[in-house]
Amino acid sequence: MTTLTYREAMRGAIRKAMQEDDRVFLMGEDVGHYGGCYAVSKGLLDEFGPERIRDTPLSESGFTGAGIGAAMGGMRPIVEVMTCNFSLLSLDQIMNNAATIRHMSGGQFNVPVVIRMATGGGRQLAAQHSHSLEGWYAHIPGIRVLAPATVEDAAGMLGPALEDPDPVLIFENALLYNESADVAEPVEVDIDRAKIRREGSDLTLITYGGSLGKTLAAAEELGSAAISAEVIDLRVLRPLDDATILASLAKTRRCVIVDEGWRSGSLSAEIMARIVEQGFWNLDAPLLRVCSEEVPVPYAKHLEEAALPSIAKIVAAGLLAMGR
Amino acid sequence: MSERTTKVHLNREHCRKLLHQMLRIRRFEEKCAELYTQEKIRGFLHLYIGEEAVATGVMEALDPDDAVVATYREHGHALLKGVSADAIMAEMYGKQEGCSRGRGGSMHLFDAATRFYGGNAIVAGGLPIAVGLALADKLAGRDRVTACFFGEGAAAEGEFHESLNLAALWRLPVLFVCENNLFAMGTALELSESETDISAKAASYSMNSEAVDGMDVVAVEVASRRAVAAIRKTGAAHFLECRTYRFRAHSMYDPQLYRAKEEVEEWKDKGPILRFRKWALNAGGLREEDVEEVEAEVDREVAEAVAFAEAGTWEPVEDLMRDAGAEKRI
Repeated sequence: MTTLTYREAMRGAIRKAMQEDDRVFLMGEDVGHYGGCYAVSKGLLDEFGPERIRDTPLSESGFTGAGIGAAMGGMRPIVEVMTCNFSLLSLDQIMNNAATIRHMSGGQFNVPVVIRMATGGGRQLAAQHSHSLEGWYAHIPGIRVLAPATVEDAAGMLGPALEDPDPVLIFENALLYNESADVAEPVEVDIDRAKIRREGSDLTLITYGGSLGKTLAAAEELGSAAISAEVIDLRVLRPLDDATILASLAKTRRCVIVDEGWRSGSLSAEIMARIVEQGFWNLDAPLLRVCSEEVPVPYAKHLEEAALPSIAKIVAAGLLAMGR
Repeated sequence: MSERTTKVHLNREHCRKLLHQMLRIRRFEEKCAELYTQEKIRGFLHLYIGEEAVATGVMEALDPDDAVVATYREHGHALLKGVSADAIMAEMYGKQEGCSRGRGGSMHLFDAATRFYGGNAIVAGGLPIAVGLALADKLAGRDRVTACFFGEGAAAEGEFHESLNLAALWRLPVLFVCENNLFAMGTALELSESETDISAKAASYSMNSEAVDGMDVVAVEVASRRAVAAIRKTGAAHFLECRTYRFRAHSMYDPQLYRAKEEVEEWKDKGPILRFRKWALNAGGLREEDVEEVEAEVDREVAEAVAFAEAGTWEPVEDLMRDAGAEKRI
């Protein structure tokens, strides 16, 4: 058992992957000399040198595409994009190349690239550094989308992501980097399945990434109101693990989805649709959700808090789902 | 490097080869245009007719193990890289015997065996891929070159500048080949660029850069061999602007309102095949019987490709999801 921060866990995973496989390298803005915008790669430049810990210019599309090309050329690149807002500058490469090339080439080429990026609000960074766009990426066939919400997942998702022959996007909620937990080695994480983080029988709370902590806290509060809430951490936003969701719903028959993305056209909407398609007759109450308010995330602390999912909103939705 | 790679010997064999390669592209595409009107080929069809000297000259400088990244106007590049005319034509038909199993069509020809990386239909979207392929070669210590073709329209895209900077900054073995045909679809170069000398833009990234007459196959071959030899020797990227002209419409939907018929006719008089054939016949590099034989060989290859595509089969609809993702992780 080792106590690690989320940041250290991710760094350890990168280090291990690079030690085990010469084809793995990390590139992105400020990953080397600066030590990583969120200090994830701090120290790795000294350990592995500038060829494998590769600082890039501010050319998101260029270096993301270079990662895709390097993957097609036999390497296993880890591309770090500073925040998911910036990843919109890479979207052409991710959408039009990484996600399409296997199918478009009739299966001749695959793109084993891992693209990591920070996501989420809560740090008063306003509307160009705070959004949660992972739901958009989960719309795209041809890529896998992961959201490690725990230190253990931060330690254990990169390895299997690098073994995936297809592109994998990893969204790291920036509020999690300082979280710490005990991690047992070796870490093995299944990147196909959601995980039940709290067992319960009355109500299912479905969430992922930065909202997991709030949702678990809300579940505790609901517990003090004699409501037994089960908490599902999706972990894999694409492909969604429908089976785990539906099995929980078959038991609890009530559900609240917590998603830091905006409500309209969101991942939460997709999950609701799947529950309605496949589990409608198991439901005892309307499906509810807690999402970010439909505004660009504001700077002022009280306004930002009001824009994002909160423990109070989750508890309120949970009570409503229970008819209270 | 050896003289083999830097000198062009215009003996009869080589003249015949250059003519043959240019004619393969020309006749293949003329047949495609015909098949398009018969609705055998659908979707977009972008013809390279008029620009054949560029792909032909550059490809002479590449080894089989070098990679090519091309655009949606790539039938000729695929053919000359070694993808069979059969597999390309079947792809144009959408048949599963096509080089992309019918998933790509005219704009997305791919072939792993010959290291042909598409068939990229987002303008400038292939440049970062080429940078990455070259980066992989550099990191793995492989002595290979990646040639990346694109039109002058790409110079207006951010990915062009990002990629040139990365390739120069990281000293990557990329040959950037700008096929400057003067029009980005229907927008003339002078209407879209403040600096119309594309090779000058490349030079600003501290990259070796030159412009050549892209209607002269020998000039293109000479410049390409020199550039590729320099890349192999130094590992550093090189930029080659080939000034050329597209004789046909941008795609089959284009009524060509943006240029005068006379202008097209003037360029046709300077056409790469016409010009090279005339020169080679005069200079004794080619004999009339060579031209006749080459024409016959090309006609036969194209006819066989059409027969192959006609005989091809449709992939069962049940296979739609095949290659949407890997079967399993490795």
